[in-house]
Formats: sequence, structure tokens, C-alpha cells
Amino acid sequence: MKTRRFVFNTVGFLGLLVVSIIWLVPLALVLMNSFKAHTFIRVSPFALPDDASFAGVGNYVSGMGRTGFLIAAGWSLFITVFSVAVIVLVTSMTAWYIARVKAWYTTVLYYLFVFSMIVPFQMVMFTMSKVANVTHLDNPLGIIVLYAGFGAGLSVFIFVGFIRSIPIDIEEAAMIDGASAWRVFFTVIFPILRPTAITVAILNAMWVWNDYLLPYLVIGSDYKTIPIAVQQYMTGAYGQKDMGGFMAMLVVAIVPIIVFYLTSQKHIIKGVAAGAVKG
Amino acid sequence: MRVSKYISKWFPLFALPTLAAFILAFVIPFGMGLYLSFTKFQTVDNAQWVGLQNYVLAFTENSDFINALWFTVRFTVVSVVSVNICAYGLALLLTQALKGTNVFRAIFFLPNLIGGIVLGYVWQLLINGVLQKIASQDLTYNSAYGFWGLVIVVNWQMIGYMMIIYIAAIQNVPGEVQEAAGIDGASFFSKLIHVTIPMTASAVTICTFLTLANCLKLFDQNLALTGGAPQNQTEGLALNIFRTYYNIRNHQGVGQAKAVVFFVFVATIAFFQLRFTRSKEVDG
Repeated sequence: MKTRRFVFNTVGFLGLLVVSIIWLVPLALVLMNSFKAHTFIRVSPFALPDDASFAGVGNYVSGMGRTGFLIAAGWSLFITVFSVAVIVLVTSMTAWYIARVKAWYTTVLYYLFVFSMIVPFQMVMFTMSKVANVTHLDNPLGIIVLYAGFGAGLSVFIFVGFIRSIPIDIEEAAMIDGASAWRVFFTVIFPILRPTAITVAILNAMWVWNDYLLPYLVIGSDYKTIPIAVQQYMTGAYGQKDMGGFMAMLVVAIVPIIVFYLTSQKHIIKGVAAGAVKG
Repeated sequence: MRVSKYISKWFPLFALPTLAAFILAFVIPFGMGLYLSFTKFQTVDNAQWVGLQNYVLAFTENSDFINALWFTVRFTVVSVVSVNICAYGLALLLTQALKGTNVFRAIFFLPNLIGGIVLGYVWQLLINGVLQKIASQDLTYNSAYGFWGLVIVVNWQMIGYMMIIYIAAIQNVPGEVQEAAGIDGASFFSKLIHVTIPMTASAVTICTFLTLANCLKLFDQNLALTGGAPQNQTEGLALNIFRTYYNIRNHQGVGQAKAVVFFVFVATIAFFQLRFTRSKEVDG
């Protein structure tokens, strides 16, 4: 029995080791090629950089410089940070209202939010960009409102699920003491919601940071985010594309995500598991 | 009930901000989209009622929409099955007392954080490199390359996410149940089939739902990896709708009608999937 266990553990470990190395190959390949000159990437993507193909940081200089990529990264960061902050704040408040106020209109609202989760973006892509145009939401500040609206479904749903599990006695006691609803929410409820708020923040950050179509249609002609810059680099350029610069772009697009992941890995993994249980 | 009354007068502060954004970003666009699918229009102001014409054109004008539907269905079936089997298998391994499970878990989850557009191009480099080597061809050569390429990309991206959910579910199975099965002399596989999988059925429901919805709606990876090449043969529904709208002249109405069909299709499948897997769940 003991030896069988040992064999199983060793085989399992080695199997996982092999799979995880395969898992990292695509990213390693892009990193490696980002240091090679253009023609060598096309002809021999699997060869390690050598004296002839090594391009140093040249690709990074050309990739960053020509495409306004760093500005795009700035807009991505701006839109993601503020959208996530707004979503967490307003949807947690709304979820509390929906979970605690027993009335026909809160039920209707709840099911409307749930309904919106299943609707594909293509259904509203054209009309949403028209609405954004008319209401002057077609700028990096206005797009935050659109994210709050389109992202409200999932966030409200997760928050409501959690709030319903909080015993209502706590709020009753606070209200008997004379605290306003406003104070009860921010001093009593919101602290309890913290782990759920982290889940909601992570799920929305992953969505907004990587979203391509919404910002492309709404603000894409004036402002670029990282996904828009990457996509335009590959489709917009005529003639020979600078693959070296492109590889550098991909690396710079991925590195901040990995850094963020390494610093808050525990929260992210917990958040995803928790979000799914409520989903 | 007291709490309910106490809070209800705070509607403007608590509910209105989200509701206003929701109406602007979802309710109005959804209603307008539904209406516009029955009209011919270039901008919203010049919409003319044409009845069901757009819906008829969507299916009869050419076979692209049907092909895209078929592509999405095949892709979704293959990916949902493969993602969930691989994710469950990894979750089973990672809940054993093995060395380094935390590191492995972190590595498998990583691709999920990278967006579809970037992922698509990362894999384009790899797949084209391999195809070049073994067949001197690339992704635009054969639609089978694009199909299986997309399956690989989506597996690579989603397995880690589903694995995390399965790990949490497996860890929630009470130890006594596992032990009792072990004492009764159940083998690993009969324990898996009679104990572990039924006890984690709600996670299977969730993961099937999430993979299903994501595969049906897939857009970014499709656009970046193949862009539909060769000749729109690897174009999924979402990409086909986008192109009908923005790339074909005077086809906004047809594009919107396709989007409505797409929405009804996704909603129906999701509804039946949830009902089906929920009915298989055991209480507990």
C-alpha cells in the first residue's frame, strides 16, 4: 500500500510537471521571439536567439514608440481602475437594497439584472454605441458608466446571493439604535461584504482590462486600450508587419498581468472559486 | 419587514445610480436592438419597418450565417467536453497530497487572466510555427487548423478557471464520506463515480454553464487567431454578426436580426442546460 502510494505520488508529480511546462511554452515562445529580429521570427520561431538574430531591446523600442502603446496601457489602467471601483460601490449598494427591501419592483429589478447576464454583447453593440454617442458617454470617463451598466448584472447577482446569507438581526439592531440606512450600509454591511467585494472586483477587472469590442466601438476612434492597440497593429498596417515590435507589444501586454497575479494570487483564486459558488 | 420599510425610502441613493447606468447601457440598447431588427437602417434615425425581411435574409441571402452557427455548435460541443474533463482530472490530481500543488495550480490558472485578443496572437505564432515545420502551411490554409487551433486556445485558457472551481468543490466533500467509501473497499474509480462526482454535481453544473456560455459567445480569440480564414470558414456566430454589421454595406438590419437569433439561441441552450444538470444534482 505504501509503495503504491509512493509510485502514484511520483508519477502524479512528474505528470503535472510536464503539463505545467507545456502550459508555459506559448508565453516563453513569445518572450524569446521578442528579442529576435523580424525576419528570424517568421522563418524560425522556435530557434533560440543567436548572434545573427539577436535584436536586443530594439523590438521594445520600436514596438512601444510607433504604436502609442504606452498611452494605450495608460487608458487601459485608467478605465479598469475606475470602472471596477464604481461597479463595486454602486452594485453593492443596489444589491443591499434589492436583498432587503421586499417589494414587487425589487423582484423585477433582480430578474432584469439576472436576465442581462445571458445576453450576448452583439445584441446591444450597435445600439449601445449610439446611446453613448447621443449621451456623450463616448470618452474614457463615460465608458465607466457603460461598464457599470453592462457589468451590473453579474455583480448585483453575486452581492445579493451573499447578502441574503447575512442574518438581518445585525441591521435591525443598528437601526433600532437610530443609525440611518446610509450609516448602516457603510459601517455595518460593507465591512462584512469585503470578501465578496474582492471577488466582484477581480472578476470585473479581468473583464474590463481584457475587453476589446466595447471600447473599440465606443471610444476606439479617439482612444485606444491595450487590446485595441494589439488588434490594430496586426490588421491596420499595410505591407510588412514588424513582427519583432509586435512580440514586444505582446510581452508588455502580458507582464503587468503576471506581476498583478503574483502579488494577489491568493485573492484571485479564492475570488474565482467564491464567485462561481454564488454564480 | 421593519428593515425593508426603513431602507425602501432610500431608493434614489442606493438603487438609482446602478439602475440609471443599467438603463443606459443595457435596457435601452436591448429594446432598440429588438426594434431595429425589424427595420432597414443605416443610422437609427432613418429606420424603416420591413417586418421579418431581415430574418429571412439572414438565413437565405447566403450560407455564411448557417455555417457560422454550425461552426459555433461544433466548437462548443468539443470545447465544453474537453475543458471540463481536463479541468476535473487536474482538480482530482491537485487535491491529492502531492508536492507543489499550489505552484501547479497557479500556473494552470495563469492563461485565464490574459485577454482573448492577446491570447489569440500568442497562439498564432506557436501554431503557425508548428504548421510551417511539419506541413509548410499556416492557419489560413485549412479550416480544420483554425477549428482545432481555437479548441486548443480555449482549452488552454479555460481549464485553469474551471479547475479552481472543481478543486473548491472536491475539497468540500466531507472527509468521512470518502473514508467510509474507502473502508467499504471501493476502488478509486467507483469512489469517483459513486461518491466524488455526485457530491460535486453543482460544480459540474456551474462549470458546464460557464464554458458553454463563453464558447457560444466567443469573439476575441476567433478574431485574433484566424479572423475567419480561410474564406470565413472558421467564423463563429459572434464574429459573423459583427462583420455583417460593420463590413457589409447596408446590412445593419440583417446584422441586428442575426444578433437577436444569436441571443435567443444562447438563452435557450443555457436555460435547458441549467435545467438538465440541476435535475442530476443530488441534495446535499
